[in-house]
Amino acid sequence: MRYRWLVFALIVGALAFVAAGCGGDDNGGSAEGSEDVTGDISVMAIWGGEEQESFQAVIDGFNELYPNVNVKYTSGGDNLGPLLSTAVEGGNPPDIAAVGQPGLMQGFVEQGALQPIDDLRDAIVENFGESVADVGAVEGTQYGIMFKGANKSTIWYNVADFEEAGVGAPETWDELNEARDTLKAAGVTPYSVGVDVGWPMTDLFENIYLRTAGPEMYDQLVAHEIPWTDQSVKDALTFMQDVVGDSSNIAGGTEEALQTEMPDSVAKVFTDSPEAAMVIIGDFAPGVVETTLEPETGYNVFTFPSIDGSGPSVVGGGDIFVEFKDSPAADAFLEYLTTPDAAAIWAERGGFSSPNKNLDTDIYPDVITQTTAGNLAEAEEFRFDGSDLMPSAFGGTPGQGFWKGMTDFVQNPDDIDGITQQLETAAANAYGG
Amino acid sequence: MSESASTVEAPPRGLPPGDHEPGLFQRYGVALIFLAPTLVLLGVWVVYPTIRTIIRSFYDRDGDEFIGLDNYETLFTDDTLVTAIKNNFLWLLIVPAFVTAIGLVFAVLLERIRFSVAFKVVVFMPMAISLFAAGVIWRLMYEKDPSQGTINAGIAVVKDAVSPSGVLSAAQPSTEALQGGPEGGLVLQKPLAPGDVAQLGLTGIRSSDVPADAEQAVVPEALAGGITGVVWRDFKPGGGVPGQVEEEELGLPGITVELRDEDGRTITETQTETDGTFAFEDVEAGPYLAAIGPDTFSEPYAGVSWLGASLITPAIMMAYVWVWAGFAMVVIAAGLAAIPRDLLEAARTDGATEWQVFRRVTVPLLAPVLTVVFVTMLIYVLKVFDIVISVAPGSVQDDANVIALAMWRTSFGGVNDFGLGAAIAVFLFLLVIPILVLNVRRFRREI
Repeated sequence: MRYRWLVFALIVGALAFVAAGCGGDDNGGSAEGSEDVTGDISVMAIWGGEEQESFQAVIDGFNELYPNVNVKYTSGGDNLGPLLSTAVEGGNPPDIAAVGQPGLMQGFVEQGALQPIDDLRDAIVENFGESVADVGAVEGTQYGIMFKGANKSTIWYNVADFEEAGVGAPETWDELNEARDTLKAAGVTPYSVGVDVGWPMTDLFENIYLRTAGPEMYDQLVAHEIPWTDQSVKDALTFMQDVVGDSSNIAGGTEEALQTEMPDSVAKVFTDSPEAAMVIIGDFAPGVVETTLEPETGYNVFTFPSIDGSGPSVVGGGDIFVEFKDSPAADAFLEYLTTPDAAAIWAERGGFSSPNKNLDTDIYPDVITQTTAGNLAEAEEFRFDGSDLMPSAFGGTPGQGFWKGMTDFVQNPDDIDGITQQLETAAANAYGG
Repeated sequence: MSESASTVEAPPRGLPPGDHEPGLFQRYGVALIFLAPTLVLLGVWVVYPTIRTIIRSFYDRDGDEFIGLDNYETLFTDDTLVTAIKNNFLWLLIVPAFVTAIGLVFAVLLERIRFSVAFKVVVFMPMAISLFAAGVIWRLMYEKDPSQGTINAGIAVVKDAVSPSGVLSAAQPSTEALQGGPEGGLVLQKPLAPGDVAQLGLTGIRSSDVPADAEQAVVPEALAGGITGVVWRDFKPGGGVPGQVEEEELGLPGITVELRDEDGRTITETQTETDGTFAFEDVEAGPYLAAIGPDTFSEPYAGVSWLGASLITPAIMMAYVWVWAGFAMVVIAAGLAAIPRDLLEAARTDGATEWQVFRRVTVPLLAPVLTVVFVTMLIYVLKVFDIVISVAPGSVQDDANVIALAMWRTSFGGVNDFGLGAAIAVFLFLLVIPILVLNVRRFRREI
């Protein structure tokens, strides 16, 4: 569900942006080309339309270095997961594919369908950093490269509302709370919340938890190695109360938030008569609404603030390239994808966020993408969206588990003990004890 | 109906005319060939899935382990599923009776007016819309925000005409010196004596809500033998210092300020000027309290939460009745047309009132038609699904749950527990059977 919005957002983004600026710099160890590598490789990913053209441009960039490799790209669309599973089952997977779910990658590893790419580990860490590299690793072995990323640690705001109240983009949680109070004093409702289904709140929770409990505990909670009744969860929920604990913080109040769908919650902020000043939602927000506001001057974005001095952290998602069939040509292609050159090609076309730290963010066609993609690349700690890593019965189902727990929390923000108990019971069922 | 049924009921079953004894093929084979396509389709699409579902309901989530009746136990113990079953029974109790009654009323009344066809078309129109689309329409009409939801907008118009909302409904005191709430107004805690200057700072007011003629707030001079003061928007961009009249902070004109005695009784009141100042001249000695009257803060109508947990089921039922009332009306109107007029005339001649005619003659004569409508609605209501999923927001789908929706959500909605889903399906199937039997029997009788 979330993923679909992401894709939608990226497509819309790709349509909206006209490539501007050019050039990229080569400080990330660019790949040396070779005419000796030959062969045909097939690549599969979800990208179609505009995104497919952008990816084709990346392939063309690869072919300039490796003219004798023939890369054939096929778009799997939204059915990529089942398509790949079926292809693996039938013994005829593509050479390379980009998957959106680490769980799917892990499943393929367990089936023995993927080739380890440990020799690329150094190049990946050098370009993407340890924590992004680890998204593509299973039990210490490297299998994937997260080439394209999504940043869910963003808060969008209405510029006119912020100016009217005289507040600037906050950098810490305390500043965010001050901004909230100042906005309220100015008569502006601070937050727009859409929890018709619970996932926008799971993202908020994950962002807080990653900052308050730290990445190790985040991983443990996602794997259900620590219970939801843990004090760290309760602490994170206490921070969440700063946002949803008071009905007067929310456009239309708590009742209305529970009936508002995510795109509507964004629309309440991205308009010239806003009902609220801020909406806490991922970098895909501009893609889900029609708005007359201009980016930067009408609406803008700031990074999810640091809590108690936490370092730059990003909760996000992304497409992970994996290799099903080992060949020199496939290895060369994957190696090329680790370079900033490869990322630069798509980045300047727009609709793309690269987790590559060595990519100069000036190459993005607009300031907003520079911010969201820049934060993604600069994050000291990157963690994949936890609810996407949990069993879907718990982390990805309307009216169940994590989503349900979050909507219940919005409805009943004082009942932290009850909610954590309910989450733990649901998790125990879904993780199979 | 009976005519066509009797012609259909004449397939050559017995011996065909002629001398010779027919072969087995002629007796059954031909019939079988003609029936084969239907049998195959029924087998593939109905019989096999039914049996498979029943078997599946005894297995666990993944389908490898036989767990007996465990799924059925869950069905009657899990909170969500029990709510679904309860809701479904509510639907059964209320909706078919309601639809039939409304259909009857429409049919009887529309028979007596001119242009009844036009009215019938209007009432029948919702039947032309798919239930899902009808659900989407009602979802929009039920929106809580009166600026979006049609129904709440209608209520808001009436409500605002009766008790208009205050000029500064969202205003809050800027410091703790002011206390109170929307009911009693905001009261300055410090008692005042003649010669004092009262400062009543308010925040939480949008700059666009400040009256256009507002000017920079000023603290008025003290007045001998009188009490002066200022009501102002205690906010400037960035926040400012609460409780202090500062540059850029505007006075709030047109606010009713009350002067109260110690017991809270209002002695006199006045209105603020464009710079927010007010003055009570010639007041006697003795402590007073200054307050901003409650009507300043009366909130605009916030809307009924139709889509909230408590009202969602009745709200969906409403939408459902809206769709099906037309169907009931048309069927009943057809039945009504077939009632012999002379019976009604005879009753009237015998001195029966219109109500008696309706109650004692029309309704009994219509009984078979009413039963058809009622039973049809029973079946439809048992398996109600699409309108629930389209009207209910995700956050209240647990409260609006019905059996068919629970089945879908359990099997396909992400839980992916096909064992439990199958058990719910079987349970639904068992519930429908008695009604089906009843219906088939009645058809037989009519034929």
